[in-house]
Amino acid sequence: MNNELKELYRYRELLYAITYRDIKVRYKQSVMGFLWAVLMPLMIVISGVVVRYAYALASGKPLSSQDIASVAVKSVPWAFLVSSIRFACNSLTNNYSLVTKINFPKEIFPIAAVLACFFDFFVASVALTIVLIVSKIGWSAYLVWTPMLILTIVLLVTGIGMFVSAASLFLRDVKYIVEILLTFGIFFTPVFYEIRMFGAKGKWLLLNPVSPILDGLSACVVRHQAPLLSWLGYSFGVALVTFLAGFVFFKHLEPGFAESI
Amino acid sequence: MSEVAILMDHVYKKFRKGETYNSLRDLLPAVTGKMFRGELNQSDKREFWALQDLSFEVRQGDAFGIIGRNGAGKSTLLKILSRIMKPTKGRMVVNGRLSALIEVTAGFHQDLTGRENIFLHGTILGMSKREIQSKLDQIIAFSGIEEFIDTPVKRYSSGMYARLGFSIAAHVDPEVLIVDEVLSVGDYVFQQRCMDRIHSIIEAGTTVLFVSHNLKAVTEVCKRAMLLERGKVLAIDETGVVVRKYLKEGVPSVVSQKNEPAYISKVAVRDRAGEQSTFESGQTCWVDVEVVARKAIDKLAVVIWFQDETQYIIFHTSTERLGFAPFSLQPGGTYRCTFELNLNIAHGTFQLITEIYRYDIQKSYDRYYPVTTIFVGSTTAVGGAVNCFPRLIESGTFASSGQPCEV
Repeated sequence: MNNELKELYRYRELLYAITYRDIKVRYKQSVMGFLWAVLMPLMIVISGVVVRYAYALASGKPLSSQDIASVAVKSVPWAFLVSSIRFACNSLTNNYSLVTKINFPKEIFPIAAVLACFFDFFVASVALTIVLIVSKIGWSAYLVWTPMLILTIVLLVTGIGMFVSAASLFLRDVKYIVEILLTFGIFFTPVFYEIRMFGAKGKWLLLNPVSPILDGLSACVVRHQAPLLSWLGYSFGVALVTFLAGFVFFKHLEPGFAESI
Repeated sequence: MSEVAILMDHVYKKFRKGETYNSLRDLLPAVTGKMFRGELNQSDKREFWALQDLSFEVRQGDAFGIIGRNGAGKSTLLKILSRIMKPTKGRMVVNGRLSALIEVTAGFHQDLTGRENIFLHGTILGMSKREIQSKLDQIIAFSGIEEFIDTPVKRYSSGMYARLGFSIAAHVDPEVLIVDEVLSVGDYVFQQRCMDRIHSIIEAGTTVLFVSHNLKAVTEVCKRAMLLERGKVLAIDETGVVVRKYLKEGVPSVVSQKNEPAYISKVAVRDRAGEQSTFESGQTCWVDVEVVARKAIDKLAVVIWFQDETQYIIFHTSTERLGFAPFSLQPGGTYRCTFELNLNIAHGTFQLITEIYRYDIQKSYDRYYPVTTIFVGSTTAVGGAVNCFPRLIESGTFASSGQPCEV
């Protein structure tokens, strides 16, 4: 695997070029331009606010601005997760002619897909940060956890991306299964709701490796607390294993790509 | 300069014919079904070998040709060489950076401009950004589309598209270059430019693997060549020898209508020594044609013509045009004639076709297509269809005053 990682490093310029192409093509000739990056997270935030408003009505507690901020902080990375897995899943089939004609490490495609979506995520995060500063959410030393949290989600998503892109090349319906999981995944992840709403049963939700990450972000950005460290360790472990397993799986299937398309 | 650039050592490649399971919906029932019947590990009978026991080596700086009919395994071989596919068995060594002039536009993105695509595709082909930057002007000039270089490539004509692709690929400066049928790209002038570029790449010491159906181009470019047939090596030798073998082995389909009232029973092309398929430019050859009639038939003539790879008829004649009266045959009767031809043809591969024709009612009875393919060898001093046997009488440079320069 060491050699394969070295080869990937040798082709880093190609990785940048493909990422740059994916970003450029998306922003080119679209009237919305950078608004695209903000649109999907914004839609999720609005849906979340509607859901939280319903909770507030049902429970009789008023909806606080902190609740809305928490939904927003978790929606943006969730949007990143959904779009990058979806984009990565189709990355090999979309680059059909390159996969079958020219030799280079093909994991560049799913990784570039994640990076291109990360660019969108970055744009949306900047927009969100401005909103949070304006709404005087405040800050604390716990913010130092955010890079770690973001790294964990990127590792996880890249691993899943390599896994599903390779699998979808051999089995056409993997794409549809991924689509279903992405659509309904939001109900099993604390994006609209909070872990603590479930009380003692909350730990079952934390088994979903995305939950501790999103909850951690909400903790250190909005609630000014430390993330749940042991659970975060669990998430990081799962993300690392997913990334490495995804890479090995991808490399194992790679020699058959050209024949199976 | 005698280091080995490419080594293939007993390489095999197996493919599976027919449908494979490409969705979970099909795969799961099929696998469980097989498990119940206990035949999970049975080998598939639909396998076939695309390459069998392929061994050859190419030395550094050599130009090596690969010829063979469609389905001979040329493309599979190239895919293995460029490491897109893995051989099923065997060993392969390629020393140095390898680049392929195959599908030269594979990395293009429709929405990007020509310039952006040069950077994208150049990187895909293994050039660094700085390298592309330094060759940018050269690439654009070679493609001849300076005017449209900042237009998205989706607005390009297919010729412009292919030309830009070739220009990028031709400037990669690899140590080993694979050229596959690129000569089908662009117009005649651009094709000539491509050939010139390939020649200069070879002169620069690059190892070239040249795959083409254009035998003329192969003999021009390569010293040695390999003939593939159904995944096996038939010959590896000097290009001329291999081309001759290819033409001899392969008189392909001969369509002679044996239900016509008269048919061509025999055609032979020969020189003084007997039947041949290769000739030198300027040589004399004889074409013997034999016609047999099933029913009584009147006013026939025998027509023969040569055409080149592009189906262009370079020469055409008939018994009637040469002043012989139409002939008539009784059932079972035979007619024989011999044409003497002076092959004032330039270097190339040509097909001979014969036909029985009745001029007054313009009816064709039987066509022997192609009878044979002949290969005309010549010096590379001439090209095109005919050999006018040129001689250079005078040559010199002149100053603007029109006076010869003092040397």
